[in-house]
Amino acid sequence: MQVERFQYDNKTVRNFAIATIIWGVVGMTVGLWVALQLVFPTTLNLQPFFSFGRIRPLHTNAVIFAFVGNGIFMGVYYSLQRLLKARMYSDLLSKIHFWGWQLIIVAAAITLPLGISTAKEYAELEWPIDIAITLIWVVFGWNMFATIIKRRERHLYVAIWFYIATFVTVAVLHLVNSFELPISLFKSYTWYAGVQDALVQWWYGHNAVAFFLTTPYLGLMYYFMPKAANRPVFSYKLSIIHFWALIFLYIWAGPHHLLYTALPNWAQSLGVVFSFMLIFPSWGGMINGLLTLRGAWDRVREDVILKFMVVAVTAYGMSTFEGPMLSLKSINAVAHYTDWIVAHVHVGGLGWNGMLTFGILYWLIPRMYKTDLFSNKLANAHFWLATLGILFYAIPMYWAGWQQASMWKQFTPTGQLKYQFLETVTYMRPFYAMRSLGGLLYLTGAILGMVNLFKTIGKGTLVANEDAEAPALEATHEKHKGEHWHRWIERKPTLMLVMSLIVILIGGAVEMIPTFLVKSNVPTISSVKPYTPLELQGRDIYVREGCYTCHSQMIRPFRSETERYGEYSKAGEFVYDHPFQWGSKRTGPDLAREGAGNNKKSNAWHFNHLDEPSAISTGSVMPSYAFLIDHELDTATTASKIKAMQTLGVPYASGYAEIANKELMDQAKLIAANLKQDGIEVGANKEIISVIAYLQRLGTDINKK
Amino acid sequence: MFSFIKKYTETMEHSTIYPIFSLLVFVVFFVGVLWYVKVMDKKEVDTIKNLPLEN
Repeated sequence: MQVERFQYDNKTVRNFAIATIIWGVVGMTVGLWVALQLVFPTTLNLQPFFSFGRIRPLHTNAVIFAFVGNGIFMGVYYSLQRLLKARMYSDLLSKIHFWGWQLIIVAAAITLPLGISTAKEYAELEWPIDIAITLIWVVFGWNMFATIIKRRERHLYVAIWFYIATFVTVAVLHLVNSFELPISLFKSYTWYAGVQDALVQWWYGHNAVAFFLTTPYLGLMYYFMPKAANRPVFSYKLSIIHFWALIFLYIWAGPHHLLYTALPNWAQSLGVVFSFMLIFPSWGGMINGLLTLRGAWDRVREDVILKFMVVAVTAYGMSTFEGPMLSLKSINAVAHYTDWIVAHVHVGGLGWNGMLTFGILYWLIPRMYKTDLFSNKLANAHFWLATLGILFYAIPMYWAGWQQASMWKQFTPTGQLKYQFLETVTYMRPFYAMRSLGGLLYLTGAILGMVNLFKTIGKGTLVANEDAEAPALEATHEKHKGEHWHRWIERKPTLMLVMSLIVILIGGAVEMIPTFLVKSNVPTISSVKPYTPLELQGRDIYVREGCYTCHSQMIRPFRSETERYGEYSKAGEFVYDHPFQWGSKRTGPDLAREGAGNNKKSNAWHFNHLDEPSAISTGSVMPSYAFLIDHELDTATTASKIKAMQTLGVPYASGYAEIANKELMDQAKLIAANLKQDGIEVGANKEIISVIAYLQRLGTDINKK
Repeated sequence: MFSFIKKYTETMEHSTIYPIFSLLVFVVFFVGVLWYVKVMDKKEVDTIKNLPLEN
């Protein structure tokens, strides 16, 4: 058999490695910044561009898509070539993929602080960037599949299965969730409304965790752990069960983000059941990873790479135990909207993704540069700082989350709520400070890692094209006697792609189609009417400022919530909400009925509160929105917004777009006049007027006759 | 959206088939995966298992 000589492309791997190091440090720095904003709200919220609501999405997007994203591509480009014994199909495609992805990250870093956001968590980027992501993702998939097709190894190792499933599922998730109607270059409305938008968003949001933060990293674990431990994976058969069970179950689990909300109950229950079952494949994978080290545990004491990997896999096990537990309704009732969830995601993010990324980097960089790691001591210091950082981050947040939930829920013996919401906010601040310390430790470790890796790069020379040889693959494979039918799955990448696609579509389809098609799932409420033009503009400012990052708009049917916020939220109340704004965290109080019942405040209260929140609510951590008083409302967009809403099915009368601005000004003048009575002079054409109009509208419709 | 099929599905008269179908899909899928793993060729598994260590 003829042996072919070829070269592996290490340059692209190196580029992605450097990108993941740099973006990691940037993303974590922004994370530390937003954490400290909750401790020092007045000094660190640099308005308007660097307020919490605008840069919290910057943090999440940076660590998910820039740090972990580049980490995925680094690992995939390295392992794929070697597992297939083939160079990447096209250097040009690799280059387009690398630079295209970095441009998308830069575009995100510019647009998010500018307030250009769809307000859908982890999918905040606006439509032109969404299109760019789609194109670059196709380039990645094309390059990967073309490499698989020209491979010299017949079998597809399980890591590649994970890569294929990642590619297919992220493509589906991104396309479905980004279905939006552009009204200008930087603004669009999501196609879905209210409950349906929530379901699609959390189907996406949960599976972004599953198929961006988990499956590709499991692929990396299955390649790099055996490499680092120098022994094969514990059980290959278990890895196959792990793969199919995981991708089949994960896709159903999204609704656990919406327990006790207005989502139909059957969908919530499905989410709970499948989330709970996820513990089995997840722990199967974790056990498989840890047992790969059987007989090599003594090396974990010395080998810093193995240390990083062991903590990573352990953190994977902890967060995938916690996830199913948090999906149980009784636990979710306590944990949802609290800082417990923040702790949970950081055990996954800092522990699983962060530690595995650095473990791989410490293994990869010296090998590609044909040298030794610059300093083992420094890497050990990084390891301990990172491990302690995770603990200092997670423990205060777990404590805070429990405390928060119990303070929200406690009643006095006479049946009154025991704590004002504000008391729970001020109680949190020391915990926010401690968590920031955890973040600082972790970031310090990452910076040490960066220095160490760059020094290593400095003392070696990159083997940009690494020589390799392997026999060519026979053109046709003779089926030998006794061969089982299933063997072709391991050889047919397209079949693998199609099967992964079918498997992940089942769960999504079962949950989504009925919610969209069966009318009784979203009962209409006749008194719920579309927003007025002024309220719609105000709502878009609410979206722009990322208010959803701290305020929910979803009252769950608990006495502690209905007492505090009013009547629980109904599915029919959100039918005109493009996008939905239910939120996922209550750093501030719920706003679903901000304009109704006991929550209703005067226009002057809202004005003063937005101007200087802590002057009205002592101890508030909300940033000042004083700039809304100076900014003029852009009414040039009103007509196109109304028309877009009509296209999406919001029943404004025909021709309403033309008179919308007149109605907008009429309502604005009323609010300005009302403020004047309270001694506040402000032009009716300012942004703050529209925000007040929106806040005063919230939750009022169901009481109208 | 989907107005062309919506009128047929809004009431979903035969909706009882839905959970049964889901359960069947689920059971068939997992039995399939377990069976597939069970009948895998041991030698081949060992070959694949060692792929990462080859280079």
